[in-house]
Amino acid sequence: MQKFTKLSGIAAPMPLVNIDTDMIIPKQFLKTIKRSGLGVNLFDEMRYDDDRNEIPDFVLNQPQYRAAQILVAGENFGCGSSREHAPWAIADFGITCVIAPSYADIFYNNCFKNGILPITLPQEQVDVLMKDAEKGSNARIEVDLEAQTITSSDGDVFHFEVDSFKKHCLMNGLDDIGLTLEKADAIAGFETRANAARPWV
Amino acid sequence: MSPKTLYDKIWDAHVAHEAEDGTCLLYIDRHLVHEVTSPQAFEGLRLAGRKVHAPDKTIAVPDHNVPTTLDRANGGMNEESRIQVAALDTNAKDFGIHYYPVSDVRQGIVHIVGPEQGWTLPGMTVVCGDSHTATHGAFGALAHGIGTSEVEHVLATQTLIQKKSKNMKVEITGKLRPGVTAKDITLSVIGATGTAGGNGHVIEYCGEAIRDLSMEGRMTVCNMAIEGGARAGIIAPDDKTFEYCKGRPHAPKGAQWEAAVAYWKTLFTDEGAHFDKIVTLRGEDIAPVVTWGTSPEDVLPITATVPAADSFTGGKVGAAQRSLDYMALTPGTKLTDITIDTVFIGSCTNGRIEDLRAAAAILKGKKKKDGLRAMVVPGSGLVRAQAEEEGLAQIFIDAGFEWRLAGCSMCLAMNPDQLAPGERCAATSNRNFEGRQGRGGRTHLMSPAMAAAAAITGKLTDVREMM
Repeated sequence: MQKFTKLSGIAAPMPLVNIDTDMIIPKQFLKTIKRSGLGVNLFDEMRYDDDRNEIPDFVLNQPQYRAAQILVAGENFGCGSSREHAPWAIADFGITCVIAPSYADIFYNNCFKNGILPITLPQEQVDVLMKDAEKGSNARIEVDLEAQTITSSDGDVFHFEVDSFKKHCLMNGLDDIGLTLEKADAIAGFETRANAARPWV
Repeated sequence: MSPKTLYDKIWDAHVAHEAEDGTCLLYIDRHLVHEVTSPQAFEGLRLAGRKVHAPDKTIAVPDHNVPTTLDRANGGMNEESRIQVAALDTNAKDFGIHYYPVSDVRQGIVHIVGPEQGWTLPGMTVVCGDSHTATHGAFGALAHGIGTSEVEHVLATQTLIQKKSKNMKVEITGKLRPGVTAKDITLSVIGATGTAGGNGHVIEYCGEAIRDLSMEGRMTVCNMAIEGGARAGIIAPDDKTFEYCKGRPHAPKGAQWEAAVAYWKTLFTDEGAHFDKIVTLRGEDIAPVVTWGTSPEDVLPITATVPAADSFTGGKVGAAQRSLDYMALTPGTKLTDITIDTVFIGSCTNGRIEDLRAAAAILKGKKKKDGLRAMVVPGSGLVRAQAEEEGLAQIFIDAGFEWRLAGCSMCLAMNPDQLAPGERCAATSNRNFEGRQGRGGRTHLMSPAMAAAAAITGKLTDVREMM
């Protein structure tokens, strides 16, 4: 997995609540058996018209946001399905940090498996960063995972919380499965106890 | 010992390892797998030279892509879908997991097949790369959706890295009024709490109206816990649960059955257990409801009118306006004046036999509105067979419905069952997101009985007027 430590990048503003996984990556792109290549279809139905032409108003089609690495959005970002294609598409586009007041749980977890840092901030602070993002490519937002801070282009510094284990894995690009397999004895021990207690399982 | 919730009890019984910071390895009893969210996970195993840790606890069935037309044995899938289903065929065989291929009469939507075959039992942990895994919570199992990386993690280790969620209680007191169903309960709860209301929580549904529901009704309620933001919904098992499980192919038998029931009877929330959040609705206050917008929280009684965007606050004002534009609705319009083009009865929310019975009871001896497209997609091959045996299929066919084979179908439109742009659908599924049932398609969610009523009139309809 790609490590995430620090990021200084352009942020794209999407001031919309309940941005769902069908918006992020519509179902016609779930038929892939690969993880890569979905960036071109990120927000597909908002981004392209029926003839596959770009819709100029859509934020990621605007010249100043084409290279965005951060997305600032409204509450309950990523609600809906469990499709990991959503963070795959976001990462494949080049966005590795999302900032929102809240997230759907499954999406939130999926981000950490794909080198994406989803940052939760109070609405007032998201509002400040949304305004910052609206300045376009002149405004770079800085994210420091180790220090758990975001710095706006005006120098406002916001602290954010993140689970210590998830932070550790993201900063070091660690593979969860490898870590869990180190605890194979604990799993085997559990299986022995569970088989005795609940043999019907 | 301090009193525990049902969730606490199941959680505690499945912690295989706990780190100092509270991060746990939660052991998984049943892993359900479908073709859309698993190919990358199996590929990951292959690349790392790993096996499936517990193939006996891993059950796969293709459902999202499969055509539901009667000629599907002859193909009907586009190349990408065909490859995805073929990949599951191969992965199931190579890794030695339980499998119900498209040609098997037991094939169907993964969340219908699991309970039907007795894979899902009380007290279990159940996961699947699908958010509607919450369905299985109806059995008093801790069940939730996971992403593909987690699918791979469960395949390789039979565990998930988890931190415990908070406890939320949703109590539905009293009795439901005639014409009000499990779907109306679950939609009304989301209407009351919002789609983020359950974020970070496991919801336990309880109260007289929940106890009074059949197992199938309880599955409908838990199915949409995810639409309320909760990864899992759960209902304490009782005699109805045990009765439902008894005799199913993978349920325990003989002495093991007795031992299992004795254990299952301990699975309830202790008196005085702590809930972080409590929501109470009166069963008598719940009406038959429909959604008007593009979020499952956009719920109103069928007797209401389309709301104005400025009747909301905060970020919801813009979202409501966007919904109204997308749905092409004018504030103040009576919901019963909204004309529909299509009716879809099916999905993991409402594709079980009782759902088909409820719809057929309204449709019996009647015809769908001329020009309207209507289809019934049973949740599994066995549901389909039972509906045929009970004469329900004939009622649907006589009413002008297409009688389809099992699959997810128009719930998410990954197969050819899709809405055209601007087409408006009365659907028994679970999501009304923009484009969910097809680009530009407009979805109104409701119960099977309400969808059947809408098919007859061609408009959103109060089913109580037909009872």
